Amino acid sequence: MQFQIIWFILWGLLWAVYFALDGFDFGAGILYPFITKNELEKKAVIHAIGPLWNGNEVWLVTAGGATFAAFPTTYAYMFSYLYTPLLIILFALILRGVAIEFKAKAVTEMQKKLWDTGIFLGSLIPALLFGVAFGNIFMGLKFDASGYYGTLFSLLNPYGLIVGLLFLFTFIVHGGLWVSLRVPNNLADKAYSKAKNFWYLQAICAVLFLVLTAKYTNLYENFLKLPYWFAVPVFAVLCLLLTGFYLLKNKRGKAFIFSALFIICLVFSGIIGLYPNLIPSSIDPKYSFTIFNSSSSLYTLKVMTIVVIIFVPIVLFYQAWAYKTFMYKITEKELKEEGY
Amino acid sequence: MDTVLLSRIQFAVTAAFHFIFVPLTLGLSVLIAYMESKYLATGDKDYLRMTKFWGRLFIINFALGVVTGITLEFQFGMNWAEYSRYVGDIFGSPLAIEATVAFFLESTFLGVWIFGWNRISPKLHALSIWLVALATNISALWILIANGWMQHPVGYVINNARAEMVDFWSVVTNPYGLLKFAHTVLSGWVVAGFFVLGVSAYHLIRKNEIEFFKKSIKIGAVFALLSSILVAGVGDFHAKEVSHTQPTKLAAMESLWETKKDAPMYLLLIPDPANERNSVEALGIPSMLSILAGQKEIKGLKEFPPTERPPVTPTFLSFRLMVGLGFVFILLSLWVLVKFKTLENRRILLRLLLWSIPLPYIAAQLGWIVAEVGRQPWIVYGLLKTADAVSKAVEPSQVLSSLIVFTLFYGALGIIDIYLLAKYARKGPEPKEV
Repeated sequence: MQFQIIWFILWGLLWAVYFALDGFDFGAGILYPFITKNELEKKAVIHAIGPLWNGNEVWLVTAGGATFAAFPTTYAYMFSYLYTPLLIILFALILRGVAIEFKAKAVTEMQKKLWDTGIFLGSLIPALLFGVAFGNIFMGLKFDASGYYGTLFSLLNPYGLIVGLLFLFTFIVHGGLWVSLRVPNNLADKAYSKAKNFWYLQAICAVLFLVLTAKYTNLYENFLKLPYWFAVPVFAVLCLLLTGFYLLKNKRGKAFIFSALFIICLVFSGIIGLYPNLIPSSIDPKYSFTIFNSSSSLYTLKVMTIVVIIFVPIVLFYQAWAYKTFMYKITEKELKEEGY
Repeated sequence: MDTVLLSRIQFAVTAAFHFIFVPLTLGLSVLIAYMESKYLATGDKDYLRMTKFWGRLFIINFALGVVTGITLEFQFGMNWAEYSRYVGDIFGSPLAIEATVAFFLESTFLGVWIFGWNRISPKLHALSIWLVALATNISALWILIANGWMQHPVGYVINNARAEMVDFWSVVTNPYGLLKFAHTVLSGWVVAGFFVLGVSAYHLIRKNEIEFFKKSIKIGAVFALLSSILVAGVGDFHAKEVSHTQPTKLAAMESLWETKKDAPMYLLLIPDPANERNSVEALGIPSMLSILAGQKEIKGLKEFPPTERPPVTPTFLSFRLMVGLGFVFILLSLWVLVKFKTLENRRILLRLLLWSIPLPYIAAQLGWIVAEVGRQPWIVYGLLKTADAVSKAVEPSQVLSSLIVFTLFYGALGIIDIYLLAKYARKGPEPKEV
């Protein structure tokens, strides 16, 4: 197999893992003001993601770094074309990070309120905008050899917004389930019932996504050429249905697993449809940045493949261990004693 | 103002802000790891309290260091698209490796360390902070290998209108990058040493927890002294490397206009770039510059066309001030160790230590000014000019808006973070359990 294709799959995998992990942090942050009544409950939700969110965010940094290393031309133009939306995501991520850390140190009501809002907005904005960005990439950006013609507002088109909402609701369900697994019972039930309600919105957006993708994008072309790839989106739909099924049955652990698998399959459905493009041009395909016309040299791709083969399994091993260590139900007693 | 200048200011603001928090992380992680191991080895509860007290300050500081790092990674593509396209084949790799090899390790185990006090064994807990310390410093290694390549490009060919890597090993072992790594990491260790000295001095002045803070100060002072000596030593090797690889930077650092054999070093010097000379040159030490630079003949700035010279005055002043501060750090930490027994009664020294907390931070920033301003007008020395590296798709108004938002947002976060650091530093450790 060509190294460009290996890196294309890795690129998709990094995004998929990033969304499957940080996605529940976003969801937890979005639900945070709505499911908590007092400071102890707030602390519980923060604690539910506290030990892990930072390690999850590194998957984004790695996805960015991998784009830079493997597809530098795409990295250069994707980031400069999407200057303003990326900047908004960046500010939101910074806000979320500091708000989580500073909330624990807040003294006055105003400070608490400020950081609570920071956690909420810092989770909501990236959840939505990552979806909008991917929706627009699926459609293709308006650029040719002499530059880019879109603006922030042209990105907020119906299809972009539907993908944005799909991401948003998916992460809310995902986060609600995660929180319900980790916090004390009363609060867990509230998070769980939010997840259950938002699943319907998620399902509606998923259906709209499947239909509108045919209208607005060329993603289905690859699938029609090689129909066996339909297995991936079909499996995504199945995972989404199973998430709903286990939500109804109140099997939270299983619902969370299928929610994660849905996210991974969703990202890969998009990736398969994009191939061989990284950013299609909506003006003319000849301007599109593909994995072949924007990749690094073969030598660099080989070096980076060796690095990945050695280190990514190590990362997965210790992150899995960290998840195992913190995958327990937090008790109220623990929250009261702890002053981290 | 044009996109180039605005983008440069924005990168300078965001990188300098990031580097307020990074140096303390580099050094304090090592000190906390040492304290926790010392607790495990001796069972002395004071070391546990030290781990927790300094650990809390570490976490407050870390929060901003980590979130502001992502900005820099994004900015290469956002503001410097032509640069990213030109160097991505080489420059992208160390960044991706940094994330994979170091950043994951650092973030994951810091989470484990903060939340794992009652969940994992004490030995595993101490191992977590050692892994954080190791990862933070390895992280710096890859970032400085990347920066080292911008300063002294190696292991590449120009192909397809860009620099392509042909020798990964020579990129990784680029002496420029490795020396810069050592110099930068050690400067962070000096920052951490003096941070511990200053905060401890604050409490000793108030006769608060004398035993606790004398133990802290001992660790801080030994660490500060060793790091200050080593950072100066490595700095000397680094300057010799600069004199071979970046003659324009060295000439600007010393404000040397004419090429000279056995060049002297003037202790008192005022550059006059407009007239391509120095308005004051006094107290010369014969041949000193040639000895320090490791070359008999030193090229002056006039050897190079004016369009290829860096701004002389900021490069020169930053370098002088940094070196001067370097000597202060050695003397001050030595003084602490010599007078250690009666330290709690030496109010002048203690006050000096308290006021010295910002000095290593300033020295580190000055070092970066020398490195980055001194490299101008090149973004990749000898290969690509900064003016040709900027994104073409980005309008000046976009950069101006983002620069304003960055400045306000970072300014507010910086004030809050420093306020919290000061608050918890003043508060002191948790009282001893009775």
